[in-house]
Amino acid sequence: MALLCAISFLNLSILALAGEMKDADTTTSKQNRIEIKDFAFNPQTLTVKSGEKITWINRDEEPHTVVSVEKQFKKSTALDTDQEFTITTGAPGTYTYFCSVHPKMTGTIVVMKP
Amino acid sequence: MSDYISHDHEHDGIDRRGFLQCMAWAGTGLLWTVSGGVLASKTLAQIAKAGEPLPATDLSFLQISDSHIGFNKDANKDVTATFQIALDRINAMPTPPSFLIHTGDITQLSKPEEFDTFDQVLKSCRTKDVFYVPGEHDVLNDGGKLYRERYLKSVEAKGSGWYSFNKNGVHFIALVNVLDLQAGGLGQLGDEQLEWLEADVKDLGTSTPIVVFAHIPLWAVYPQWGWGTSDSERGLGYLKRFGSVTVLNGHIHQVLQKIEGNITFHTAMSTAFPQPAPGTAPSPGPMKVPAEKLRSMLGLTSVQYKQGKTTLAVVDSNLS
Repeated sequence: MALLCAISFLNLSILALAGEMKDADTTTSKQNRIEIKDFAFNPQTLTVKSGEKITWINRDEEPHTVVSVEKQFKKSTALDTDQEFTITTGAPGTYTYFCSVHPKMTGTIVVMKP
Repeated sequence: MSDYISHDHEHDGIDRRGFLQCMAWAGTGLLWTVSGGVLASKTLAQIAKAGEPLPATDLSFLQISDSHIGFNKDANKDVTATFQIALDRINAMPTPPSFLIHTGDITQLSKPEEFDTFDQVLKSCRTKDVFYVPGEHDVLNDGGKLYRERYLKSVEAKGSGWYSFNKNGVHFIALVNVLDLQAGGLGQLGDEQLEWLEADVKDLGTSTPIVVFAHIPLWAVYPQWGWGTSDSERGLGYLKRFGSVTVLNGHIHQVLQKIEGNITFHTAMSTAFPQPAPGTAPSPGPMKVPAEKLRSMLGLTSVQYKQGKTTLAVVDSNLS
């Protein structure tokens, strides 16, 4: 399994080098990241294109969650330190979310047309 | 061990010696008392003689909080050990408390194995009766289902886990303010629980001492960090007519106290790790302190009710 992963990663790297990289996974892992630190989502507002992925990573020693206020996307389970949570964005619009453990923590995702 | 903070809003010159006898286990610690606005300190050895039993009509119970079993970061690599120390202290009391209350955050991540560890360690406690309210760490992924099954079945809790009971003429109310939290908000009791509370105390005489316990403070300690409960005012409104109301909370891992009319608010130390004083750090996350200082910032809270007195004595003891 480890070998398979390594190979597929290599393939993607080659594609990326060739300038044909379309895979959302590698794009988002570099760009659409929201870091949770000091009980805050950073950046607090993130603008993405529809269909792109967004990954949250918890850098606090406290568990946090990512929950859509209007239940517009699946909610995360509690993320422990360094755990990640990824969604694929849907229809264009503005999505607010919060941490259901520390509801003072809120963030916004703006999804544009692709 | 240092002890501090007790209080009296009877303004009757207070029989401090009597109610402190149950704290005698604290040994050589320092005790702070506030009476009529005057702060005084004495070592416990000066005040109390160990081993004198309480009159049968009196009641002493102990609050433990925020055990966070499963936490293993720098602020405390062994929270199970410090929880055990807290239990050892309880077992060493010359007069054991009638029961314990645990004001939430038993676990760090609501994992069954974390609850298992807690239950296993708790078996070493001589005091077997424990009353629980959940913290947000106990209900992370299932809305508190597992917690209620484990800790709230025997008390026949209502709704998301609230209940009440009587001991020695004192009416105890256990509230849940860590569920169904709203974006941007604080801790929350919710309409259903508030309606229950109103009905629960409706027929009680105003001289009945009331003890309320819940995880998140029921007063606005520091709303910027979420340290408060959005609809607590309404709940406390139902209790204003009572002569003595003691509100015991956890969540903030430090001792803070406020007196408002006949209501005394008190927060307890954690047995796991301290948290910063309000506004003194970028966030309320676990506070790292030098290893030799840690146990002085962990602790438990002893509460005593003497029949005939309206006020309950609240004394905090650290684990050093």
